Amino acid sequence: MAQHGPGDLELIGLTKSFDDFTAVEPMDLTIPQGSFFALLGPSGCGKTTTLRMVAGLEQPTAGQILIGDTDITNTRPHQRNVNTVFQSYALFPHMSVMDNVQFGLRRRGDKDAKRKAQEALDLVELGHAGRKKPNQLSGGMQQRVALARALVNRPDVLLLDEPLGALDLKLRRQMQIELKRIQQEVGLTFIHVTHDQEEAMTMADSIAVMNAGRMEQLGDPAALYENPSSTFVANFLGQSNLLAAHVTGTAGDGRLTADVHGHEVLVDAGRVPAGLRDVWLGVRPEKLALGEGNGVNELKGTVSDASFSGVATQYLVRMPWGMDLTVVQQNDGSARARLGDAVTLSWDPGHEFVLDSAQDEDAGVEHVVVDG
Amino acid sequence: MSWLRRHLLLFAAVAVLLYMLIPNVVVAVFSFNDPVGRYNYTWTEFSTRAWTNPCGPQGLCDSLGLSLRIGLIASLIATVFGTMIAFALGRYRFRARSGTNLLIFMPMATPEVVMGSSLLTLFLMMGVSSGGLAITIAHIMFCVSFVVVAVKARVATLDPRLEEAAADLGANPPQTFLRITLPLAAPGILAGALLAFSLSFDDYIITNFNASPSSITFPMYVWGAAQRGAPVQVNVIGTVMFIAALAIVLVSQLLTSRRRRAAA
Amino acid sequence: MPAWSTWSSMAELAVLSGGTARPPVRRANWVPYALLAPGLLWLAIFFVAPMLTLLSQSLQEGSVEAGYTFTANWQIYVDALQKYWPQLLRSVGYAATATVAALVLSYPLAYYIAQKAGRWKNLMLVLVVAPFFTSFLIRTLAWRTILSDTGPVAEFARATGLTDLLQALALTNNDSLLSSKFAVIAGLTYNFLPFMILPLYASLDRLDRRLVEAAGDLYATPWQGFRHVTWPLSLPGVVAGTLLTFIPATGDFINSRLLGNTQTVMVGQVIDAQFLRVLDYPLAAALSFILLVMILALVSTYVRRAGTEELV
Repeated sequence: MAQHGPGDLELIGLTKSFDDFTAVEPMDLTIPQGSFFALLGPSGCGKTTTLRMVAGLEQPTAGQILIGDTDITNTRPHQRNVNTVFQSYALFPHMSVMDNVQFGLRRRGDKDAKRKAQEALDLVELGHAGRKKPNQLSGGMQQRVALARALVNRPDVLLLDEPLGALDLKLRRQMQIELKRIQQEVGLTFIHVTHDQEEAMTMADSIAVMNAGRMEQLGDPAALYENPSSTFVANFLGQSNLLAAHVTGTAGDGRLTADVHGHEVLVDAGRVPAGLRDVWLGVRPEKLALGEGNGVNELKGTVSDASFSGVATQYLVRMPWGMDLTVVQQNDGSARARLGDAVTLSWDPGHEFVLDSAQDEDAGVEHVVVDG
Repeated sequence: MSWLRRHLLLFAAVAVLLYMLIPNVVVAVFSFNDPVGRYNYTWTEFSTRAWTNPCGPQGLCDSLGLSLRIGLIASLIATVFGTMIAFALGRYRFRARSGTNLLIFMPMATPEVVMGSSLLTLFLMMGVSSGGLAITIAHIMFCVSFVVVAVKARVATLDPRLEEAAADLGANPPQTFLRITLPLAAPGILAGALLAFSLSFDDYIITNFNASPSSITFPMYVWGAAQRGAPVQVNVIGTVMFIAALAIVLVSQLLTSRRRRAAA
Repeated sequence: MPAWSTWSSMAELAVLSGGTARPPVRRANWVPYALLAPGLLWLAIFFVAPMLTLLSQSLQEGSVEAGYTFTANWQIYVDALQKYWPQLLRSVGYAATATVAALVLSYPLAYYIAQKAGRWKNLMLVLVVAPFFTSFLIRTLAWRTILSDTGPVAEFARATGLTDLLQALALTNNDSLLSSKFAVIAGLTYNFLPFMILPLYASLDRLDRRLVEAAGDLYATPWQGFRHVTWPLSLPGVVAGTLLTFIPATGDFINSRLLGNTQTVMVGQVIDAQFLRVLDYPLAAALSFILLVMILALVSTYVRRAGTEELV
């Protein structure tokens, strides 16, 4: 544990197993005070269980939870200075919005509960709704009440369990910005659990990607995206074209040569883990250029599908060996290809990432798109 | 013809409702009767005599008071016991669960005449004398199961995350129970208590097995009066109960809907 | 309306639905046992123990004056059955008939309230439980007025030939509706109707109308839609309602006493008389026990046949 601040949340070997399966494998993680942290992963990956352990709603099988130097592993939920925004909001239906927001302060005998609650409601722009009952509010408003109810207690850590999952797309985007603004305004540590990779990348300072109870990779959004350490992360965070490749030699200039189905390409040497020969060569769809080619890394194919989405066009380009590569072309005025056109794809050396070919190329691919 | 067909279901529904309500109407109408002889079964002439002197027949209002007292005590205790059991069943895992369920179910599957007579044998053997105490004990016994069912139905629909949220916001377990769980379960508890009261107030069979000549409840009075010829005042009290209960229900409905509208 | 939904879910008795909710795991400790203790203790002392004393009483010989001694006199059960099998059989027959009649009458009403009543829903539910608010003895007595020979119902029945039909079925008392088999069964049906309607309503209220529409979309006629979708989904309510009607109806003696004659005596009446007037305690206890065992046997067979073994 290198440097840790007085309010950092620290998980040490945190584990949760149920009767016959392990929901969370031993996990070590330090979340710096004041950061916006995302736990990202598909459903059932253990992210919510981790969150519930931090909240005290689930008892860990092993390991410790520390805030600063205080071990809170064995304290009850009501004894922790940790608050949660629940997935279904869990607003008390028999209390007014105001009473909901004041609830935590009242439990601690705060004399100033009313004023603070009003401030919190103002912060989420619901200052006028204090006298209403939760079921008289829209989903988005309920979500903001739940946020105010947690925020008002100024917890050491604020936990958000898929808080935007029930909102429609437009409202969700709006709330993402709002949440980020509020977090910066109040400066609390937010831990945000989500299965929506776009949401995690938009909001979080750093992201831990979880899969099957394990933490796959930890880092800031750009690092995770540009340099995924596993096929799971590569596929779960955005889309990836994974080309089976074989490193054949060095090409000078800090580059290696590699063979992709009989085509020679150049690869940035720094991106190839030492000693690897058989690799997945990953290229993001927007890094592939459609058209003239750059003379270095070129692949030829035929357009097998094109879908226009306004801001960009997404193509599938059929390679001679039968694989479809995904290409995204910005709608920047350049000529659009049509179905059946023969095209050349190219990318700059250094725009790729390289993974061990022993990994499953389909890991993390979302076969069913859950996300609206 | 097609109009008739389309509304067939409505006609059936209304007919059944009438079947259910006609006796109440008859009771109300005959509370204004002035019967010849002892039996108030055929219409003679209009009179408000029974209404102006409801406690006229000897023992009638005493029996009413006794039934109210027993009903209140029995429903109160049965509600406490039943609510506790319902919370144990709805909120905890424990051994002996199926045994508990069976024990709750059995009184509801046992004919009253069996429960009444078996209690009589117990009290005979233990030397407990019949009367108000024996009746109250019996009423608590058969009301508990119904309260359990009413409250458990409500507890089962409570979202456990609300309790988690309360704990998360710093409420300790007693506070969580008092401020979240209990208020949310209140409608079920109230329904259970009302059911218990009406079961107790209206019980004749079990009561009859455990009553003494000095503990005549209202249903027992009615039964006895029916043998000798029921006084018209019985109809008056039946009608008053009916109208009062109906009024309470309608007013509370009106209030909730108005409060809802005002808050919106 | 929360008040009514609890009313109806309560009436549903959770005979069938109770097991569905999975309680959250709580650390096993003394709390649940402390919660259970007072109520279960009460039931143990005043429900279970009396059953045992009832059994013991039935096996004793003696008299009220001379006292009783336990003689394990199982013969009493044979005697009781030999002497009172017509009343036992009649009780089951009347109760079963009343239960079926109540089901047939209740289903359309419950369905209408749950699916069609719209803003009249609450009013209709109030009217369904309204009879509860008047003592059932008083209401049962009112049937004597309604069915009396000079009343409009009797005249209507005579005019339409209904009386003749009922007489042909041996349901009447000569040409009078009162003090007859018909009156007893009608009274039983009437008395337990709300116990049938409320559970039916509860299960029909939960029924998603889109399922019936989907059945129609998949070429089911309205009748087939009812037969294959509505009816099976309302079965929990049907089972709860029939139990709530059948069990008390079998042991009832108010209706047969007030609305019947000497040919309609039900077993409850016999137990009542043996206990409280003849003072033959062993015989009365034996009859009580026979009634209990008979009902439990019928109910458990029925519940098993209905495909649910989840009691409470």
